[in-house]
Amino acid sequence: MTDIIHEPSRLALALDTTRYWLRRLAANKSFLLGAILFGSICLVTVLAPLITSVDPNALSVRNRFKPPSEVYLFGTDNLGRDMLSRVLNGARLSLGIGFAVVILNAVFGVLLGAIAGYYRRLDDLLMRIADALMAFPAVLLAIGIAAALGPSAATAIIALAVVYIPRTARVVRASILVARELDYVQAARAAGARDGRILWHHIMPNCMAPLIVQLSFVFAYAVLSEAVLSFLGLSAPPTVPSWGVLIAEGRTYLREAAWLTVIPGIAIATTVLGLNLLGDGLRDVLDPRMKVEQ
Amino acid sequence: MFGYIISRLLQAIPILILVSLIAFGIIYLIPGDAAVVIGGPSATPEELAQIRQNLGLDQPLYIQILTFYIHLFQGDLGRSLTLGIPVVDALLARSPITIGIAIYSLVLTILIGLGTGMLAALNHNRWIDQAATLFALLGVSLPNFWLALVMIVLFSVHLGWLPTGGYVPFTTDPVGWLRSATLPAVALALMQAGLLTRITRSTMLEVLNQDYIRTARAKGLPEWIVVGRHALANVMMPIVTMIGLVLSVLLSGSIVIETIFGVPGIGSLLGSAISNRDYPMIQGGLLFVTTALLLLNIVIDLLYTSLDPRIRVRGR
Repeated sequence: MTDIIHEPSRLALALDTTRYWLRRLAANKSFLLGAILFGSICLVTVLAPLITSVDPNALSVRNRFKPPSEVYLFGTDNLGRDMLSRVLNGARLSLGIGFAVVILNAVFGVLLGAIAGYYRRLDDLLMRIADALMAFPAVLLAIGIAAALGPSAATAIIALAVVYIPRTARVVRASILVARELDYVQAARAAGARDGRILWHHIMPNCMAPLIVQLSFVFAYAVLSEAVLSFLGLSAPPTVPSWGVLIAEGRTYLREAAWLTVIPGIAIATTVLGLNLLGDGLRDVLDPRMKVEQ
Repeated sequence: MFGYIISRLLQAIPILILVSLIAFGIIYLIPGDAAVVIGGPSATPEELAQIRQNLGLDQPLYIQILTFYIHLFQGDLGRSLTLGIPVVDALLARSPITIGIAIYSLVLTILIGLGTGMLAALNHNRWIDQAATLFALLGVSLPNFWLALVMIVLFSVHLGWLPTGGYVPFTTDPVGWLRSATLPAVALALMQAGLLTRITRSTMLEVLNQDYIRTARAKGLPEWIVVGRHALANVMMPIVTMIGLVLSVLLSGSIVIETIFGVPGIGSLLGSAISNRDYPMIQGGLLFVTTALLLLNIVIDLLYTSLDPRIRVRGR
């Protein structure tokens, strides 16, 4: 009986809360602009097969170095390959790697952050390891790991995840340390609730805001760092051109065909700018304590 | 103060041990037989055995770790596989070039970041503020190696103002050094300058709302003294703490930037070590740069403590 009365009201409450946050986010200029920029990039990436059916690796020696025009919107490269198709296909890889790094960060960042922040037994050890990993300059460590693992998309994902997970775990740990001392969490513990339930139902909702904000910035860093890795030839092979690979390839023809370098860079910049704006907006709305700017 | 220095150094030891262990472990991430990967598919069994012996891979793991630390304490990071010289020698020989550009870039970062951030805060909510905020956002969003290439097209190829690459040592020709180091330094500086702009702006806005600023204005001090002497002193503090982070990103970026501009520093040394699979050099470079940054951060901490009387009191 109570269940029947309880469920719809819980759903209504959840809907209300969602609507409340969406309204607040929509009122934030930074979030809105970021969502538009990043959303457009994602949309174009998903719809890539509808936008161009040209094979990104199809050679056309007659059409080498065609500057951007109505026929070739982004021009062609040294082998006559269509840059529009290459940039759009590259987006899948660049965003895909970024997204995978975010997922790994969410899973392991929460897991390790929770172990360190809630159980405390492994706190010292885990945090010292995190300190050591964070002592390395981020991109340098990623480059070192990727250089050892050998170039592939999986390598880039692993290297970037190892670099950013300690940072995410620290954010989660800090929120858990605060949340675990809250009165209602203590009450739940006194009432005999299990650790898993306390963590998942009572503590984690308090960590979501800083986690979401952190993950949006991890996404931005991951896209930027993946570009560095692929520029150095440490990410996916050149047959699947990511944006960094395209810039590296274009570099040789900087004088005669600058668009080969400029266009993929604009794609990276738009994505990262969108994600940074999104992160700023999320932080201002969800977690005003973390706000840097006024 | 002396006790504080000692305690900071002692705190750094476990981190340094872990950092060196991670750098040591890099070679174990190589999938399959490391010697085969390093030697290439054409290596003969004798050559592979030689590589294993050189890297100590034929020894049990604990011996390898022990040897690694014994060598480390003797300042020995192994021998470069491609250059044939000790890794430390190669790193030390190249470091003045990277340090020179890093300092140049740091100065640019602080000048641009501090200047833009202060301008933005003093013109809060006006177009200058918005332009500065946009600049800061673009700074942190543009890939610096891409920016470097665009700057080469613009300033070297089209305008012909600066060389497209190459390096002139400061000692032989200071003006030539400035010309060759400017584009790499700017490319490295812009991202950090964006970050610094944001921090300066927010700190400045906070400081400008403080009572002592109102008092300074109320007693009729000219605005430039209020800002230049009273506000700036407090804005500088977060910036000093940022220097460690800024240098960390500058050094990371130098791998790509030095490679693009053909600057023979640590960055390009590591860049070629990566393409040549020169693992002792990669390990040594990682360890060298990270240790230098850790020590630098301690120095910055101490500097910060001596600059800010509030922390000095707490530090006792």
